[in-house]
Amino acid sequence: MHCYVGIDLGSTTTKAVVMDEEGQPLGRGITNSRSNYDTAAAVAKQEALIDARFTLFRRGLEGTEALRGRVDSFLRDLERHFRHVQYLSQLRDLEETSSRNSRGLRFAGQEKALGRALGEVFGQLRGESAALFEPGARRRSDFFRDIAGSRFMAIAEALCRDAGLSFDLMLNLYDKSIIEVENRPPTGPMQGKFREALENALAAPAAPWARGERPLDRDAVIRPVHAALEIPLEEAYVVGTGYGRVRLPFPKEHIRSEILCHGLGAHIMYEGTRTVLDIGGQDTKAIQVDKDGIVENFQMNDRCAAGTGRYLGYVADEMKMGLHELGPLAMKATKSLRINSTCTVFAGAELRDRLALGDKREDILAGLHRAIILRAMSIISRSGGIRDQFTFTGGVAKNEAAVRELRKLVKENYGDVTININPDSIYTGALGGAAFARRAVQA
Amino acid sequence: MTSKTVAPAGPQREAVKELSMLKQKEMIANNYDLLTSTERHGRKVASTFVPGNLNELLMCFDMLNNLPEINAIQNGMRKLSGDYIQEAEKRGHSEDVCTYVKADLGMVAKGNLAPNGKPLPAPDLLLLSYTGCFTFMKWFELLREQYQCPTVMLHVPYQGDGQKTRNMRDYVVKQIRDEVIPALERVSGVRFDIDRLRGYLRESARAENDFVRVLESAKAKPSPIDSYFGGVYYIGPIFTAFRGTPDATEYYRLLRAEVEERVRRGLGPVTPEGDMKEQKYRLVVEGPPNWTSFREFWKMFYDEGAVVVASSYTKVGGLYDRGFRHDPDHPLESLADYCLGVYTNNNLPQRVELLEQYMDEYQADGLLINSIKSCNSFSAGQLMIMREIERRTGKPSAFIETDLVDPRYFSAANVKNRLESYFQMIDQKRRAVAPAA
Amino acid sequence: MVEMTKTTAAIVERCQALFDDLEFQAARQWKASRPERRVVAYMPIYVPREIIHAAGMLPLGILGAGENLEVIHGDAYYQSYICRIPRSTLELGVTGRLDFVDGFLFPSICDVIRNLSGIWKLLFPKVYVRYFDVPQNFSDGIGGAYYLEELRELRDGLAGISGAEVTDEALRASIAVYNENRRLVREVYSLRAKAPWLAPTTEVYLVMRAGMVLPVEEHNELLRDYLAAVRAEPRPERDNCRIVLNGIFCEQPPLSLIKAIEMSGCYVVDDDFTLIGRWLLEEVPLSGDPLQALASAFLHHSAETSAKYQPDAKQKGQFLIDSVRQNGAEGVIFAAPSFCDPALLDRPMLEGALDRVDVPHIGFKYAENSAQMQPVREQAGTFADSIKLWSAP
Repeated sequence: MHCYVGIDLGSTTTKAVVMDEEGQPLGRGITNSRSNYDTAAAVAKQEALIDARFTLFRRGLEGTEALRGRVDSFLRDLERHFRHVQYLSQLRDLEETSSRNSRGLRFAGQEKALGRALGEVFGQLRGESAALFEPGARRRSDFFRDIAGSRFMAIAEALCRDAGLSFDLMLNLYDKSIIEVENRPPTGPMQGKFREALENALAAPAAPWARGERPLDRDAVIRPVHAALEIPLEEAYVVGTGYGRVRLPFPKEHIRSEILCHGLGAHIMYEGTRTVLDIGGQDTKAIQVDKDGIVENFQMNDRCAAGTGRYLGYVADEMKMGLHELGPLAMKATKSLRINSTCTVFAGAELRDRLALGDKREDILAGLHRAIILRAMSIISRSGGIRDQFTFTGGVAKNEAAVRELRKLVKENYGDVTININPDSIYTGALGGAAFARRAVQA
Repeated sequence: MTSKTVAPAGPQREAVKELSMLKQKEMIANNYDLLTSTERHGRKVASTFVPGNLNELLMCFDMLNNLPEINAIQNGMRKLSGDYIQEAEKRGHSEDVCTYVKADLGMVAKGNLAPNGKPLPAPDLLLLSYTGCFTFMKWFELLREQYQCPTVMLHVPYQGDGQKTRNMRDYVVKQIRDEVIPALERVSGVRFDIDRLRGYLRESARAENDFVRVLESAKAKPSPIDSYFGGVYYIGPIFTAFRGTPDATEYYRLLRAEVEERVRRGLGPVTPEGDMKEQKYRLVVEGPPNWTSFREFWKMFYDEGAVVVASSYTKVGGLYDRGFRHDPDHPLESLADYCLGVYTNNNLPQRVELLEQYMDEYQADGLLINSIKSCNSFSAGQLMIMREIERRTGKPSAFIETDLVDPRYFSAANVKNRLESYFQMIDQKRRAVAPAA
Repeated sequence: MVEMTKTTAAIVERCQALFDDLEFQAARQWKASRPERRVVAYMPIYVPREIIHAAGMLPLGILGAGENLEVIHGDAYYQSYICRIPRSTLELGVTGRLDFVDGFLFPSICDVIRNLSGIWKLLFPKVYVRYFDVPQNFSDGIGGAYYLEELRELRDGLAGISGAEVTDEALRASIAVYNENRRLVREVYSLRAKAPWLAPTTEVYLVMRAGMVLPVEEHNELLRDYLAAVRAEPRPERDNCRIVLNGIFCEQPPLSLIKAIEMSGCYVVDDDFTLIGRWLLEEVPLSGDPLQALASAFLHHSAETSAKYQPDAKQKGQFLIDSVRQNGAEGVIFAAPSFCDPALLDRPMLEGALDRVDVPHIGFKYAENSAQMQPVREQAGTFADSIKLWSAP
């Protein structure tokens, strides 16, 4: 089948969405942005294609008797196994790369010791990897770099201590190698990995979806999955978007401004959208769209940190909390203190002042959340105000305290407006890009 | 600025095109030479402002005209202003205030060098033409303190109700007659001769006619000029030390001929990278340009096929395309009217009117506002202007934020992102309309 | 015997209530009690309130909306690098809090307020809006002639709102009342300068702010009451240093800033809050053409501030130095709103003038809704300490 791809190169993460000919999103992928934009785009796209493949598996399995009522659980397992296979493949790459690098001049005289140590470390990494992908396992992140990195550090440190080897040396080696690995475009045929994952999944004892009155009909599962694997996903058109990139790795006709992509993406998620607010990590956008998702007006705050996610980042640092902990704590506030500083720099000082005066952290936080939303309201105001329906996207949209303040302010100033918030709103730009790709071919 | 033309042109046409640019370069260089050699020729120097620039009057006293705004622009385009601004800030001038002022004060502190590398002289008189901008008052109070020189205030009232009243005119005329002219006489030692002034004003009016034709040429499709990036060069002689001189008249005669030739041949404006080809978007621009990244900024427009057909900045030193001409028959009154009529001395509703008319007369696709951080005179109220123009014309506006000469406030990524989004927005709207039509 | 309602506390409480009221109930009630009544608002720094008064109307001073009004709609009209007073003033306007105001005067203080007059015309076309351009030329035949004509135009414009001619008699009577107001204001300031512990600045400030919203006759009575009350209820003297506060002539800081300065060991012996109350320095004569009298008073006997041109280079900063001397101040605190062109551009020149006569000074910026006072307390406190340490004989 033909598919359309949208790729959004953000400052922290790169997202991709794959859409089918009917305009239905098939799959989404996300990866951490990195120095090589081509690779970041390629990895995100591959992740989206993998996700699309799982959608095809689902479509294939939906009707079957064999997995009635247990398709979700099976697919989750399949994915875990697939990720494990992927992880092992990347580990292999990292091991080979590290090995090669250890033979460099910098490590002269230490190659043997390093070689032994590496073998030991990677052996352990492989050994423990299954546990990382067990059902219910909590991983710090889904990105290879993060998982592998933290485990490598932990294992290597202990090993070096015992072996009397310099940990710095290992660190050096790791740093050099991980960059290489990350910036290599993904290789290796996917088909093989899926089949391997399927085998592993079916072989795993006591899988919940395998239990039932009758023994599992393995063929009834294998056939549809293999059939879904055979469906070709031909990329008919790719549209890229992204902000602040001097050069996007796409030809000019294949680039759309991220404001347009965002507007259209919001429209696709919620057709009744007329106003979009996106509070990202680095900038805040207010976009007005018409009934077809085309942008009519927009305003941005892209210079000043106040009113962007960065503001909350500073607050989290200041309070020595995790970013994701701010919202829940703010929800416990019994009153909202007015925080006047719109400037991030002063917000810190105001915060400290308040704490010194004995104000409660949750009340201060509620005030800080209100401040960031107030700033966003100004930007919206400049773009033309809030029209029904209002779609709120971006990382900050996941923050319940921010959402609470937003609802209050919208009600106070614009009355009853439908507010749409999608947990997957981080893909809005890529979704819009995919839609543009489809329009480019089908229009 | 000479440019290589890619269109086939006979030697005759090439020569005509380059002449106006060469001429302007020569005029500017000559003026700086004069300014930096006062010890040799003994002529006196007055500093004044572009809005309310009474050049013809200064000429009556054989005085040279030094314009600190122009010096700041020159420093901006030569990437010197950043240092000058930081120098001024080190000396206690606030980060929040006008960067022209800081660039000027910094330049003075660091040797006061003109573009020709020689030091500018201390002015013999500060002619504080107080029109269109509050900061002017403080700028010259600061320079007065610096130079300990005579200063004469010419207070030009603001057109608060959108008109020039008789009271305003009388007030300005009286100040010119009773304060400014006597001060100029004292400083220069030359007696005022009103007939001399009439002569210069007559000359000015000639140049003004041609200048307006040049501006209005942008009504053509395609437009032969860019009325913002190209426009800042075209306003040079008429806004600065040359209005009222035969040189300026000659410049505009040449320029008009060149532009009319471009219209005949259906050519677009000259850009640093050759003639502009496709013109996809016709824009009206409100606000001064950014000087420190001028070329880069311009490129973002012509690369996308965007041409500016009218701008408000090209009226900052005088509004000529609504009929005003310097009038030798009423010399002092017309100087007063000139001062009262500069763009930033018009009230906000007048500015909205003017921009709305431009949108219509020049058949623009939209209004773009370049909001300058350090200039409250232009900037305060631009968001209102934006709303009004959108409401009245139904066409979308774009809003970008930069600064005059402080390089810290020009972010190419921000500007490019907003511009591209704007152009694509217009594109998408056109496509949506087209199939329905 | 001091009535309960005329104690210092009661007076200040009343002033605080007026200050806090962003619905302007007092002014609304004044207007509502007679059908022919009209209200004309004005912004800093100076308008001739006498003319408004002579037309039978209430002059209403608008100095922004303070820290207690969240600006939501006002921000749509201004970029981030512009001060807060126009935003909060617009907020008052677009939220209907000024819907009872029939006219609005915008004095020539800076380009932001200048352009705000245009915004107001576009947003509120039914309101009489006038940009009030005071002369920067101070000779009678030139600036004076211009200004006199401007005053006539203003008078006629205001008469248009009130519906009745403004007679010279009415003008003279109004001038007399405002002369009295200025006299009383000067008396309060003079008392505070001599014995600042008797009249803390946080109180004086509120008393002066009341003068922006009350009919002048009531304000005169309030001022008399305040003078009597503070003399009757003296407070103890403290070992504070004496300073002049400069720069707060337009956008006002939160009350906590004034408190912070006082609490850190400073007595404010002069300031430029609500300059309109003391703009004309001497009694305006009641004989002859009243508009001419107001014009001459402006030209020759008015205060100095950053928005006003100083034609004599040697006199630049002298007004401030004179204030320091006359009020026995030991230093100057410059407090300017962020992005304020007049105050910030002027400051280096005023600092230079003070340096030449060895008057110590510090400076900082604030906003209408500044919330962290710790830096202010620290700076002012350090300043006060250093003055006490180093200027002790």
